[in-house]
Amino acid sequence: MGEIGLMLVFAALAVLWTLIYSKAYSAPYAFHAGLFAIGSVAAIYAIFQRYEKRDAAMPPAMIDGRPNYNFGPVKFASLAALFWGLAGMTVGLYLALELAFPILNMDTAFINFGRLRPLHTSAVIFAFGGNVLLATSLYVVQRTSRARLAGDLAPWFVVLGYNFFILIAGTGYLLGITRSHEYAEPEWYAIMWLVAVWLTYFFVFLVTVARRTEPHIYVANWFYLAFIVTIAVLVLGNNTEVPVSLFSSKSYTVWSGVQDAMIQWWYGHNAVGFFLTAGFLAIMYYFVPKRAERPIYSYRLSIIHFWALIFLYIWAGPHHLHYTALPDWAQTLGETFSIMLWMPSWGGMINGLMTLSGAWDKLRTDPVLRMLVVSVAFYGMSTFEGPLMSIRSINALSHYTDWGIGHVHSGSLGWVAFVSFGALYCLIPWVFNRKLYSLKLVDWHFWIATIGIVFYISAMWVAGIMQGLMWRAYTDQGFLEYSFVETTQAMHPMYVIRALGGAMFVTGMLIMIYNIAKTLASPALAPADAPTVGALQAAE
Amino acid sequence: MTDAAAPRRLSHAYLETHSIWLVIGIVIAIAIGGIVEIVPLFYLKNTIEEVKGMRPYSPLELAGFNIYVREGCYLCHSQMIRPLRDEVERYGHYSLAAESMYDHPFQWGSKRNGPDLARVGGKYSDDWHRSHLNDPRSVVPASIMPGYPFLARTPLDYRHIQEDLIALSRVGVPYTQAMIDHAADDLAAQAGLTGSDPKALSDRYANAIVRNLSAQPAVTEADALIAYLQRLGTQVDFKLYDDKANIR
Repeated sequence: MGEIGLMLVFAALAVLWTLIYSKAYSAPYAFHAGLFAIGSVAAIYAIFQRYEKRDAAMPPAMIDGRPNYNFGPVKFASLAALFWGLAGMTVGLYLALELAFPILNMDTAFINFGRLRPLHTSAVIFAFGGNVLLATSLYVVQRTSRARLAGDLAPWFVVLGYNFFILIAGTGYLLGITRSHEYAEPEWYAIMWLVAVWLTYFFVFLVTVARRTEPHIYVANWFYLAFIVTIAVLVLGNNTEVPVSLFSSKSYTVWSGVQDAMIQWWYGHNAVGFFLTAGFLAIMYYFVPKRAERPIYSYRLSIIHFWALIFLYIWAGPHHLHYTALPDWAQTLGETFSIMLWMPSWGGMINGLMTLSGAWDKLRTDPVLRMLVVSVAFYGMSTFEGPLMSIRSINALSHYTDWGIGHVHSGSLGWVAFVSFGALYCLIPWVFNRKLYSLKLVDWHFWIATIGIVFYISAMWVAGIMQGLMWRAYTDQGFLEYSFVETTQAMHPMYVIRALGGAMFVTGMLIMIYNIAKTLASPALAPADAPTVGALQAAE
Repeated sequence: MTDAAAPRRLSHAYLETHSIWLVIGIVIAIAIGGIVEIVPLFYLKNTIEEVKGMRPYSPLELAGFNIYVREGCYLCHSQMIRPLRDEVERYGHYSLAAESMYDHPFQWGSKRNGPDLARVGGKYSDDWHRSHLNDPRSVVPASIMPGYPFLARTPLDYRHIQEDLIALSRVGVPYTQAMIDHAADDLAAQAGLTGSDPKALSDRYANAIVRNLSAQPAVTEADALIAYLQRLGTQVDFKLYDDKANIR
């Protein structure tokens, strides 16, 4: 039944997008309409093929009293994460080189810095990070609930639909389709598609939780739920826009000026707070205890820091708008809550690190665990730096400079990417039933990437603070000492060092992909040797 | 689970065992901050003040604004001068909320790989901008800006400019019916095309600078972008602006 319904929906979409294709105002939009139409037809074909091949009865939820887990979508998303991670990081490296050597912009539209930067940010945050979150959440929710994933086609619609959204968004940036809201650039039609995918994701996740055979909802799932719910609210709030026409990719945001700025940074900061923090804390809460084979340090701490984190994060957006036309009281609220946010952030860090109690020796022998633990340390460091930078007098220096870029990357490379790598090194062998090819290569990945991060963030600290100080430098006679372009020139060596750090990080990613490819090429383990992965119950 | 073990309603264990209530709890926790910080901005005087001189974008300037958005200029150029001594001396009077009231979306930016552009209008000649867009290093040798030579080669597509004005009027920009009806005419007039009516343009859009592009084969994207850049920050006359008017 669901199959017929979904095929009809896709048939209607195919007709609609073919119509749009024929009447689109611009070539890029026609290209997207074509992709949507082809995608819809492909979806109908895939659903039909699947229907032909499958058994008449749905797969059972339980076999012999054990849950019959559905890992297909998990496998897809975890491999998609590797692909997008390499793509997004490589684009980032190219952008770093463009800033050091502007000739690389090649005087062309498609790869100039302005169009490529959203591709980099979206590819690493939403494509790489998003697929890691999809893969881990759909895995963890089944394991910790001891229940099969809800829905049959729905989980596939979520992972494939989400990656199709990434494709539309990414090609759109290169072709000049953007709303110009940072980290929220996709236009109205891509967002409508994303909302359909995201609501399906929410229901798949929630229904699976509701069907659990464990009495309690495991702490990782609270974080995943907060991430899914809040991202839905943020995307809907920040995407109130009026399209120019059904046949135009262009839309105009309902808000303008100061209201638009506040709503954008309410969204923007909480994309950090709920996508890059809450979602990845959920990963920490499953994979760190699992890998260390220790229970979570404190259940009570996880309760306190969960609620404090999600309540306080929402307020922090205005620290992106210090000294702007946003009213002072709103800036002060943002600053105050940002500083308070330090506490729940470190609550999470302490809970993650202290989980290692009694298992610290494993850091010497297990580079995957080391990656997970170092990610939590980076999380602690960047959530200390963040509140510091939200203090207005410090922000006056750091804002608009590369210090912000460095801060973002200590969080995204050190925390988000490392916890993702650690989780994928665990998850991919588990779901594919393989033994990880080489721990030695994980060791190489760890050290090359870590040194790369240090190059990156140190270069950005120096560049950012230097430029901030040069902007405000005065001569003895009371004139501004430097022209703008002199500050740009001064940063060139730092930009080269940053690109070197980025290149090292990309190298680490390549090592990982090689390692995973070799892992997948190895023969599957016999069930008896298969790594045991049971549901995890917290201590206390 | 036996009844004896069922958690009390007002305990955290209750949330841990009831997924719907957990979701409701999350929604309440995340709603408060956003509501407190966002809703007042639609009512407070200093965020909705109207300052003399601010007018909606003319069609040519709007087309330029949309190119500015499309190329992601905001990723390297802010349009928000902070009230700090060095910024005011480098760029001009600090930015007012009203100065971006017609920007759908706002272009304040968050990173300066290049200088702030909030008041770049009138600082350089059109020819300077043309050379700079074409090859930034021809006028600023140490610049790291990408070159945009394709803008001057691409004719501006303004077949649907009227629909842009209609969409903007739906979200509150005070375009009159006459402005909407004559959108394409006004764009041609501001480009200085022969047979257009510059008088009607300046009646509808005060101080719109008319350019003389009639010798060119077509109005290009670079022309629209320059018309937008030359307007930036020039609308409010700070000799007349009363900065105490909104202090209560």
